Amino acid sequence: MKFANVISNGGEWLRGEGPHHQIVISSRLRLARNLRNRAFPGWAKKAERIAILELIKPHVEKLPEMQDSFSELLQDLSALEKQVLVERHLISREHAAKSAGSAIVMNRRQTLSIMINEEDHLRMQSMRSGLQLRQAFKLLDKIDSALEGELEFAYDQKLGYLTACPTNVGTGMRASAMLHLPGLVLSELINQVVQAVSKIGLAVRGLYGEGTEAMGNLFQISNQTTLGEKEDEIITRLTKVIETIIEKEHDARQVLIQKKSNTLWDQIGRAYGVLTYAHAMSSKEALNLLSIIKLGIDLGAFPEDKRLPIDELFIDTQPAHLQNTSQQKLNAEERDHLRAQIIRARLKVLPKPDISKLAKETGNGSSPTPSEQ
Amino acid sequence: MLCDVCKCNDATVFLTQIIEGKMQKVNLCDACSKEKGVQDPTGFALADLLLGIGAAEEIEKGGAAAQRCPVCGFTQSDFKKTGRLGCSTCYVTFTESLTALLKAMHKGTSHVGKVPERAQRVGELSDRMRTLSENLQKAVAEENYETAASLRDQIKQLESELAG
Repeated sequence: MKFANVISNGGEWLRGEGPHHQIVISSRLRLARNLRNRAFPGWAKKAERIAILELIKPHVEKLPEMQDSFSELLQDLSALEKQVLVERHLISREHAAKSAGSAIVMNRRQTLSIMINEEDHLRMQSMRSGLQLRQAFKLLDKIDSALEGELEFAYDQKLGYLTACPTNVGTGMRASAMLHLPGLVLSELINQVVQAVSKIGLAVRGLYGEGTEAMGNLFQISNQTTLGEKEDEIITRLTKVIETIIEKEHDARQVLIQKKSNTLWDQIGRAYGVLTYAHAMSSKEALNLLSIIKLGIDLGAFPEDKRLPIDELFIDTQPAHLQNTSQQKLNAEERDHLRAQIIRARLKVLPKPDISKLAKETGNGSSPTPSEQ
Repeated sequence: MLCDVCKCNDATVFLTQIIEGKMQKVNLCDACSKEKGVQDPTGFALADLLLGIGAAEEIEKGGAAAQRCPVCGFTQSDFKKTGRLGCSTCYVTFTESLTALLKAMHKGTSHVGKVPERAQRVGELSDRMRTLSENLQKAVAEENYETAASLRDQIKQLESELAG
């Protein structure tokens, strides 16, 4: 499969059909595995890395789940192509920095991606729409067992699966969910939630993982620890916490509707106005405003069938995706213009926010209707 | 100066603590300092424990810094630099210093999750071997030589299975 074909397909996990999909954008799960007695990729010399890659790759490619897959050596991908894969969360930022001796194999539906020689020899990742961590684990568990029959993984009776970084040792599993939490951000409750979650040994991060800023009211929640707890227990614990956050987000939205409906309408109206008429927009501004439109759809201010085009804009307005669409090198200013242009074009199908819908849905007839509507 | 934890970002938080005349320094970037909760000085001893910095210095003093992994040639100071290990055998080579670090990092000290089939088989064989050895000792003690001979044959058989 060619790179262009991969990109023309929106990933299945982007389509937003999973449980709790309004708030949980996606669930991702990854397993880290290494070969026994071989230097980890960060320490191995180039020749050894290539030898390890050649040993692993055929087994990955022949997995039944990888029929019709996209398989590429990192040195054969351009910087732009790598960045597009990063923006789709199909490879990590660390992996994008690799070249000779590393590879990516992923399925056509973009629900399964296997990085070879990232920080560990194997990083297997499964992605799903909505809250489906357990299903994501089931798939990876099966693939892991199949590969384990062919390759001898580094495993210790006491410490479990051995990984390059001691933070992943044991299960080698990182489960995470991407949450859209505009209600908690607008009502200024998000810091409380972040702190509470950190206290129970879970991590909260921005859009692109470690060290990244939270943009578009998007937050990633994941487990921090991998040793001393079963895979199943980690997933159960994480799922429970996420379900609690979903509840809090719903509560925050209800409070906003009932007590601060004017502020809410102002935000939605402004986001609609700026996105519809702006001629230059940074990716951060775009994400933040699109987030408010998404909230508007959740609350019934925009028709439900406009959800997909808005969700797609979250990805399509990212820098590398823009660059990829334009087929020519753009500077930051040109990107901002193109971004605004694409958004204006797509938003033509989106009618003006309809306040009456919200008033009806919440049964809150007393909420004042702004006169300009 | 780079952050001691992520080794990527510039350090912006510099902490120094003196405990019983021993000075410890740690440099962190903004993100890592927040993540580790190193915002107030009272929490710092905990942060030090989490990072294993004190532990690493102890080992260097003891001369263990020169210790090399026999498989990949990795040393303790390489670990301090990169925060990553060299190969799976490093977990055995540096077990002493890693034990405290892992204890501080994780929920427990032993893996309780998935076991690869290969390792499971080895585990079962070792369990059987232990039972057989115990029975053999008992048989010898009771001067039950016929049973002992049969047990010894079973052990030999198991040994070859384990080796294979």
